[in-house]
Amino acid sequence: MRAIVTVLGKDRVGIMSAVCALLAQHNVNILDISQTILQDYFTMVMLVDASGCDMPFADLAALLDREGKDRDLSIRAQREDIFNAMHRI
Amino acid sequence: MINTNEIFDTIHMIDQQHLDVRTITMGISLLDCADADPNAACRKIYDKITRQAEHLVATGEAIEKEFGIPIVNKRISVTPMALVAGASETGSYVPFAVALDNAAKAVGVNFIGGFSALVQKGATRADRKLIAAIPEALARTDLVCASVNVGSTKAGINMNAVGVMGRTIKECAQLTADQGGFGCAKLVVFCNAVEDNPFMAGAFHGPGEGDCVINVGVSGPGVVYHALQDVKGQSFDVVAETIKKTAFRVTRMGQLVAQEASRRLGVPFGIVDLSLAPTPAIGDSVARILEEMGLETCGTHGTTAALALLNDAVKKGGVMASSHVGGLSGAFIPVSEDEGMIAAARSGVLHLDKLEAMTCVCSVGLDMIAVPGDTSAATISAIIADEAAIGMVNSKTTAVRIIPAPGKVVGDTVEFGGLLGSAPVMPVHPQSAEAFVARGGRIPAPMQSLKN
Repeated sequence: MRAIVTVLGKDRVGIMSAVCALLAQHNVNILDISQTILQDYFTMVMLVDASGCDMPFADLAALLDREGKDRDLSIRAQREDIFNAMHRI
Repeated sequence: MINTNEIFDTIHMIDQQHLDVRTITMGISLLDCADADPNAACRKIYDKITRQAEHLVATGEAIEKEFGIPIVNKRISVTPMALVAGASETGSYVPFAVALDNAAKAVGVNFIGGFSALVQKGATRADRKLIAAIPEALARTDLVCASVNVGSTKAGINMNAVGVMGRTIKECAQLTADQGGFGCAKLVVFCNAVEDNPFMAGAFHGPGEGDCVINVGVSGPGVVYHALQDVKGQSFDVVAETIKKTAFRVTRMGQLVAQEASRRLGVPFGIVDLSLAPTPAIGDSVARILEEMGLETCGTHGTTAALALLNDAVKKGGVMASSHVGGLSGAFIPVSEDEGMIAAARSGVLHLDKLEAMTCVCSVGLDMIAVPGDTSAATISAIIADEAAIGMVNSKTTAVRIIPAPGKVVGDTVEFGGLLGSAPVMPVHPQSAEAFVARGGRIPAPMQSLKN
């Protein structure tokens, strides 16, 4: 199952490494990454494959959310279907 | 891959523009729970609801987490209770409402609708008993919603029922006087009620429906409002297109959630109701959309035209986004639940007569309106009759959810809290309609041709 992970927040050292490490730890494969800095604001979008994830997807999303809050970032994982439904016919 | 802008568009809609799925409503038929012994019937009702809806809330929450879309309410609608309770030999139907309330609490939903009767042409003994039980049922339960259909385009208006409902609403207000007449917020009087409405307080699972079904109500006034801010000053052609595109996206999300819920629960998907349902939160208001079109305050001249465009564009945009559209579908204008409507009513610009005109073109009717506590039952009945006439003649659903707030006068505010918000008490015409309502009988069904 494919999902979109988005990370938003003030730029600082180690954001990408922390998110990637967490995903790797739970066997989530990163398929594509796009990342920019907009006025000191870190903006990252990842397309990931969570079919091999070692925990239910909702738990992974909650884990990322908590991880983000600890670092003052907004990190969310959402199933890709929601974006396809809203933006593709 | 979806591009970054589209992804952040969706996230902004959810984070800043109050995009959500307003409700997943499970419709459950209780026709097979009828029993001559009322206690046995209540037991069957409780057992069936708790069995069918056991996983409803957990499933809704799981979908919410996985898709990152808030699903605000999980609810249940059931067969109009008069059809089920009619078989039981009992004088009072209040225990049936208590059974519904207990079942709703056991499965964790926040409302259960269907303490209802369909009396557009005539009332059975069971219908009369059900209506008589409504005030006590709503006062004694927390989650039960009641509705009564008093008219239809095919049957006309049952004026005897309209008369009874005026008195019933007064009684509801009196029995819940300590909560500002809150009982009335859980009671809707319909004309042309639909059988698959997922929104409360008027939801019931119609007799033409299957055993169990999942209906979803989407929302998103904030998203439409925000989209219109980008087309300031442009023509109505652009306004209509913008609303259609926005409604399409919102509905696609609702359709996805509905299909997912249906699959996980193993229950057939019914409909998506593409309604713009406001909340008292800032930025989630239908009135503000109308004002964004160029009106200084909602309720001034031009409001009806603005609402007509909005209502129509929402339907046109949403209809292609869903395999089955139903329910009420359109723009809701509940006064107490809409920050902009509350402000407009407080300022005296929005009054009952204008709201009545707006109900000719919106999706439902006079909704969540507080009037002075000393408003007579006949005046309330007359308001219901007017609203039912609009629905009957225009072949649309209309409804009245009105609160004669005990002890309150024009200028006061009734606080309900949560999604039900706060209602400024609005003036009614003081002239009597007593003799009009006292006539009773039926207003015949209207002509369906020679339409002028």
